[in-house]
Amino acid sequence: MSLALSIVYLFAAVSFIYGLKLLGHPETAKRGNTIAATGMIVAILGTLVLHELTVSPFVYTLIGIAILLGTIIGWVIAIKVEMTKMPELVSLFNGFGGASAVLIGLVEFGNNIGNTSQMATIVAAIFIGGTTFSGSMIAWAKLNGRMWKDIRLPKYNLINNVVLLGLLTFAVFIVLYASDNSIYAYLLMLVALLYGVLLVIPIGGADMPVVISLLNSLTGIAAAITGVLYGNMVMLIGGILVGSAGLILTFAMCEAMNRSLGNVIFGAFGDGGASAEHAHHATSGVIKKTTVSDVAILMNYSERIIIVPGYGLAVAQAQHAIHELEQILESRGIEIKYAIHPVAGRMPGHMNVLLAETNVEYDKLAEMEDVNPEFATTDVVLVVGANDVVNPAAHNDPASPIYGMPILDVENAKQIIVNKRSMKPGYAGIENELFYNQKTSMLFGDAKSVIQELITELKGM
Amino acid sequence: MTEILDFIRTNLELIYIIILIIFIGVEVIKHIPAVLHTPLMSGANALSGVVIVGAILVMLHADPENYLALSLGFLAVVLGIINVVGGFAVTNRMLEMFKKKK
Repeated sequence: MSLALSIVYLFAAVSFIYGLKLLGHPETAKRGNTIAATGMIVAILGTLVLHELTVSPFVYTLIGIAILLGTIIGWVIAIKVEMTKMPELVSLFNGFGGASAVLIGLVEFGNNIGNTSQMATIVAAIFIGGTTFSGSMIAWAKLNGRMWKDIRLPKYNLINNVVLLGLLTFAVFIVLYASDNSIYAYLLMLVALLYGVLLVIPIGGADMPVVISLLNSLTGIAAAITGVLYGNMVMLIGGILVGSAGLILTFAMCEAMNRSLGNVIFGAFGDGGASAEHAHHATSGVIKKTTVSDVAILMNYSERIIIVPGYGLAVAQAQHAIHELEQILESRGIEIKYAIHPVAGRMPGHMNVLLAETNVEYDKLAEMEDVNPEFATTDVVLVVGANDVVNPAAHNDPASPIYGMPILDVENAKQIIVNKRSMKPGYAGIENELFYNQKTSMLFGDAKSVIQELITELKGM
Repeated sequence: MTEILDFIRTNLELIYIIILIIFIGVEVIKHIPAVLHTPLMSGANALSGVVIVGAILVMLHADPENYLALSLGFLAVVLGIINVVGGFAVTNRMLEMFKKKK
């Protein structure tokens, strides 16, 4: 590697670290993103220009076409996609990165036949890249609604662990004894793809924030491993940064659900039949329905209102409607804010992004710890499309699968309005006793149309 | 056992770097506000597209007659660059939204 290229990589690696640091603060985030992107462009151009190899014009043209093609596709997707589709988009891009690592691994396997010293990294790249690729694709399909149900094979935990064990054994076997035939690389890829599918398939939507950030982290690790393979510092540093950042986020999400990573991966929600049964019995009560005009009157004469958004808000694309409602209520002197649970939605920070799209002010978005003491002095809580994050079973039902998870204490408010499409339980498949609470009224219907009716009603007052 | 010791001996610098970078990664990201969880994730996601460098190396090293390596490399470059460009562009779009409401 030429000295010039080494310096280029050094510059890129530093810009990755600095860019990521700036990304962690609201005022500097945008600059951080630009700096990291600049580092990436420099690294790519440097690799193309300063490699000191003799490369035929044909290969150069191919590379040029590939870069142009990918740039256009990536750009168009990024610009066109709706903000509500953000979680699946992140999964999709993440899957592509994993796939890229697999393909590199496949080619390098062929180039290093019999070279055992390089095999460990090549095999690891195929293994991790393959798992993240298929895992991300399943996550993408699930978030997209292409695969609504969580498929749980009987004894899927056992099956998954056996496949993982088989995968590890096979990988070690290849490194030690079978690095002489490319067919093994393809076989390994197939098993890794299978494992990625099995890993994500049983995971419920409520756990998606954990899974998405975990897969993100794994792609980083795959990139770092290919970096080791080429002795390439910029890949190594970029990959490890992503790996550790992703892991921190993953653990932050797990903490927000009071579950261990192992519990999310190996024990999906709604597992214990007995506990689900128990929860069901505990919540058989009477629900109270209400109408749009009643809610409008109630809100109009309130002093403090807190809105609790959930995934249902994103699905119904009701973010603009809710912002309009918020503005109308605020113009009437009502104090209003949003209570954001850290795992509301399908990816870390999902609700923040969703509401940012509509220009909701920063200081109206309250984090869980800050807003929980305020519910007791709140007149009306409007829960829109959220379920598990407001389920009191997390506090008082030790048998519930979500027991111990920190929740928004909406039950402390004077009145609770819950907007849902139907009485169907949330993604976790657990009954919610909040709906049977004496202070709760249910406002059934699609979030967007219900909120729009509320706005019309309020305007007429 | 001797293999492991040998591995450590030959890759000592690499091991140091990896450990230090892990700590840097943790320190850089720690205490990030929830508002930035999504942009951070999506920005980091774009950064993991750094595999594109490896994909380009695959193609640069490939024999022009080796069509298998070239086509796998081609696909790797396309997918990697989608990850990079799409990831940074969408992060920028998100942060743009955060900014304008101030």
